[in-house]
Amino acid sequence: MPEPTKSPQGKATSGTSGGFAVPAWARDSLRWDTVVGALLVVLLICSFSMVDNFGNALNLSFLIGNTLPIALIALPMTMLVISGEIDLSVGSTAGLSGAVMGKLWNEGMSIETIIPLCVLLGVVCGLVNGLLVTRLGLPSLAVTIGTLAAYRGIAQIVLGSNSVTDFPQQYLDFGSGRIGGTFIPQAAVPWAVLLVIAVIVLHATPVGRSLFAVGASQEAARFAGIRVKRLKLSMFVATGTVSALTGVFWALHYASARYDNATGLELSVIAGVLLGGIDFDGGKGTLGGAVAGVFLLGALQNVMSLVNVSAQSQILITGVLLVISVLAPRVARQVGRARARRKAADAAPPAAALATG
Amino acid sequence: MTDPEPERTPVLALEGVSKSFGAVRALRDVSLRLYAGEAHALAGENGAGKSTLIKALAGVHRPDSGTVLLDGAPVVFHGPADARDAGVAVIYQEPTLFPDLSIAENIFVGRQPRRSFGRVDHKSVRQATADLFRRLGVDLDPDQPARGLSIADQQLVEIAKALSFDARVLIMDEPTAALTGSEVARLFGVVRALRESGAAVLFISHRLEEVFQLCQRVTTLRDGAWIASEPVEGLTEDDLVRRMVGRDLDELYPKQDAKVGEVALSVRRLTREGVFTDVSFDVRRGEIVGLAGLVGAGRSEVARAVFGVDRWDAGEVEVDGRPLKSGAPSLAMSAGLALVPEDRREQGLVMEMSIERNINLTGFGATSRAGLMNRGAERSRAVDWALRLQVKYARLADVVGTLSGGNQQKVVLAKWLATDPRVLIVDEPTRGIDVGTKAEVHRLLSQLAADGLAVLMISSDLPEILGMADRVLVMHEGRLAADIPRAEATEESVMAAATGRGRNAA
Amino acid sequence: MTMTAKPASAAPPEAASTSGFLDRVLKVRELAILVVLVLMLLATQLDNHAFLSEQGIKDLLLNATILVLVAVGQATVVITRNVDLSVGSTMGITAFAAGEFLRGGGNPLVGVLIAIALGIGFGVVNGLLVSLGQVPALVVTLGTLYIIRGLDSIWFGSKQITAADLPSGFADFGHNGFGAVPYLALLTAVVLIVAAYYLRSYRSGRDLYALGSSPEAARLAGVPVRKRILTAYIVCGALAGLAGALYLARFGNVDSGTGNGYELTVVSAVVVGGVAFTGGSGSVYGAALGALLLTSINSVLPSIGVSSVWVQAIDGILLLLAIAVDRVVALRVAAVLRKRAAQTRSAIHHA
Repeated sequence: MPEPTKSPQGKATSGTSGGFAVPAWARDSLRWDTVVGALLVVLLICSFSMVDNFGNALNLSFLIGNTLPIALIALPMTMLVISGEIDLSVGSTAGLSGAVMGKLWNEGMSIETIIPLCVLLGVVCGLVNGLLVTRLGLPSLAVTIGTLAAYRGIAQIVLGSNSVTDFPQQYLDFGSGRIGGTFIPQAAVPWAVLLVIAVIVLHATPVGRSLFAVGASQEAARFAGIRVKRLKLSMFVATGTVSALTGVFWALHYASARYDNATGLELSVIAGVLLGGIDFDGGKGTLGGAVAGVFLLGALQNVMSLVNVSAQSQILITGVLLVISVLAPRVARQVGRARARRKAADAAPPAAALATG
Repeated sequence: MTDPEPERTPVLALEGVSKSFGAVRALRDVSLRLYAGEAHALAGENGAGKSTLIKALAGVHRPDSGTVLLDGAPVVFHGPADARDAGVAVIYQEPTLFPDLSIAENIFVGRQPRRSFGRVDHKSVRQATADLFRRLGVDLDPDQPARGLSIADQQLVEIAKALSFDARVLIMDEPTAALTGSEVARLFGVVRALRESGAAVLFISHRLEEVFQLCQRVTTLRDGAWIASEPVEGLTEDDLVRRMVGRDLDELYPKQDAKVGEVALSVRRLTREGVFTDVSFDVRRGEIVGLAGLVGAGRSEVARAVFGVDRWDAGEVEVDGRPLKSGAPSLAMSAGLALVPEDRREQGLVMEMSIERNINLTGFGATSRAGLMNRGAERSRAVDWALRLQVKYARLADVVGTLSGGNQQKVVLAKWLATDPRVLIVDEPTRGIDVGTKAEVHRLLSQLAADGLAVLMISSDLPEILGMADRVLVMHEGRLAADIPRAEATEESVMAAATGRGRNAA
Repeated sequence: MTMTAKPASAAPPEAASTSGFLDRVLKVRELAILVVLVLMLLATQLDNHAFLSEQGIKDLLLNATILVLVAVGQATVVITRNVDLSVGSTMGITAFAAGEFLRGGGNPLVGVLIAIALGIGFGVVNGLLVSLGQVPALVVTLGTLYIIRGLDSIWFGSKQITAADLPSGFADFGHNGFGAVPYLALLTAVVLIVAAYYLRSYRSGRDLYALGSSPEAARLAGVPVRKRILTAYIVCGALAGLAGALYLARFGNVDSGTGNGYELTVVSAVVVGGVAFTGGSGSVYGAALGALLLTSINSVLPSIGVSSVWVQAIDGILLLLAIAVDRVVALRVAAVLRKRAAQTRSAIHHA
């Protein structure tokens, strides 16, 4: 009979040697998203006190405004990654949504009709990804690399190399405006609403509980009567929808709809989400961690620009953080396991003596 | 149980070896000596630690304490390659083939015969494989990819692989589980020839008669501990069973008489193409119905289809008169069906989630209000059922993977009993758990049936079927071969039906 | 004690024909790409008679070489059930490094070697992270994609290398050839054949397939898993480096944006060519054909009067089509095998 060695996907089970200690992964993930949150706070405090121009309202609104598209998509992406899937086509979906918005606006349609249509487009984009993954059983990575190219390509076909800038003023104001005299962009309000909804769904509803179970062991979830395919499909649709909304926001925020809007956005989203402690293999993580990860990256980039670190070095640092964020938990786990083994070895001699005696 | 061991130096031996996985102590101070020219049986119930012991010999696991001796000298195997280089060949219970590679490559991976410049000699690889198959009397195409081979054929490839080493020690973990009589005979012929040429053999089988046929010496394990090492000669099957179980059989199978009520689960002409055909049976309230058959006969597949995890192509399933839909587990659950699946680690539990979350995976309706989870309700439901089934745990928030096999199985049972089912299907309910918990699970099943639950119990453990079931259904090659009442169910009658020599065929 | 025996095994003659069937399916995969490619080129030729002229063929080959090289490396990694997303960045930085060296008056051959060495260096980093760190290859190489791109930009800033900076012999090497066959294509063909031969005829090459097919079984069979994964990444990095040098020779123009987004095209080519993401199957020939198909589409579209804005969408849809068709075929094959096993079984049953 298979002796207990490893859990399904080859992830090692908890390496604690004591029978009743807090499970290792719980401690790890707890530590990780708290650490990221703490890092963010430390960074903000240091920046306020030491970096010129960081604390002024204009810069803060820049920071938040530039990070918002990433933070928006990070909400459904977190849930998707927790369920064990990934969507690389989010940037292209956003670009396509912006391109369609520009095209329809040029055609003379009213913006009140265009935005719902763009949202619908996001639903369709998500459905295509989700159906290919859940119905045909294809790996989401391969599927969404395909749709990454396909959606961007369609955006290019739709809008060519034009850029559309003449959206109605009140919408442009919403995209770039702030609430009263504060530094908070107006668009942060709908984001906050979505954040609250996402936190509740992921951490306090049956859907959230199911997502964690599906991500940790799809087979066991299926045997518990969870509708795995439907759940995953709905997460893909949510991701597509929010990405399309982000595309609309992007076009309004930067007052420009082009086919290459939001290119590479998927990388920033995934970097933020993984940095926030969401396990790439699924089943672990918190939304708080993901949001902290996204804003940590955003704030870091903002600070680096202020202290005249080049944009290129910022790319480098993003990459290093990404590698660390996946490497660190595993190294920590292995160190923990090695320590446990040493402890077991210390306890072993009497038993061995008994055996030979 | 002293054993007059030979004076010779064992080829391969374990001395005082212990191994733990988290809280699970898989091996405790176990010793084993394998001698050249001798076939040694390893006996023990499921979960007694046999597989762990083999993996320790094969270099897959490093013992926490104790030593591995090769020709009397302590060695440390850093990996399977070390053991292989020392002449230890292992046939694992579950074939470990590369589905994308050809059969010939599967056998010779990493040690293909080479031509000049280190190039792999594909022709020799093919030729050597064909030779091995001829020696085994097997008719398989060396160029065929391993994907799509039946389990029996995969097992034959594994055997050919082990033979190709010309190993000094051959370890076989239930190599015969999926083989036909003639294939077993041929395998035994090859093993005897190997043994006579001086190889040491370690053999595990659930079929005790094979142990007596093939082996000269037997070591018994129980719950990870060494019980005895002795010559096979002079032992009876009963002696061996007593060593393995360590207690009275009546105590292990505390079946109460139950009042049998109306039909709770009705399966009619259920068919899944290529898997099982035309399966019809009823399970009544208060009844434990055993579903027996050989590995691969389609028992678990029927259970999966009835529960809805797999689709069925034709037929009907009703629970308390309510028809179920094909491929809809949530519907089956709401109709009152529960399935404790075969593979606890993959299907029964989410190993890295907590005990509480696992128990509540089936109870979102009971633990949420207006779509929001109620933490209090979650906790009390989990505590309630963990206590009722006497799960031994430190905290409900502990990861379920840290529990012992028996306690894990209790969590799976808790998770399903908490749904208040009308029909409970249990697939291999006591596989890989210790004898004490096994008796507890049996008592529980018996009690549940007495309380009016309909139970369908799938098991490869024949004594368990005979000891617990009111009625035994036997499957043979995807079809229901016999329906035997308790009074007539014997090892012989069930085996006869399972191997196609049943009453229907006779 | 317990009862485990077995149902009858499949009849041997059946097994042989099954193998033929599977073999055919696998070979058909590469053949299908070839047929699509040939049909597409012929149709284009009918539409535009200048298309397959000597210069036309030369352009097709030249356009394909760089992608083929990187795709061969990528295929080696994907066969082990991993992926290397940093190839685009590696190609960019090695092209620039070679360019810098040549601009300073260096020997072209040394320049190429520098590019390869640099590629190997990044391959080692990726390979060590994936094999020792045991972290998902996708995430790690996404990280190194950023890191290498960042290094590239910091190192070179807004500098640019143009054809005028390069020795003329080097640029000639990038453009000329024997008739319709450019030198670059010949070099690529040699690399392709060597890689294919290595993967087919050396133990370590076969190990790559084994460990992609089933990592657990590979471990039990004593395959040095970490070493082999490292090797695959080194091959991939080296070929990306070589591709960087050839890119320089072919285009002459390199800036810090070179190779941006190239990883997606490479992955598409590999997957379209039948190298499965799930590891263990496919061949470098398939990957090369996939690359040839993708680059040919780029040439075909303009010559039949379709705007180049369609290229990216078609690439993406082709990738989706390739994986979807592969999957459907695999499901069909499994169903056929299942039914055949059942028939054999019931044949024995009724015998």
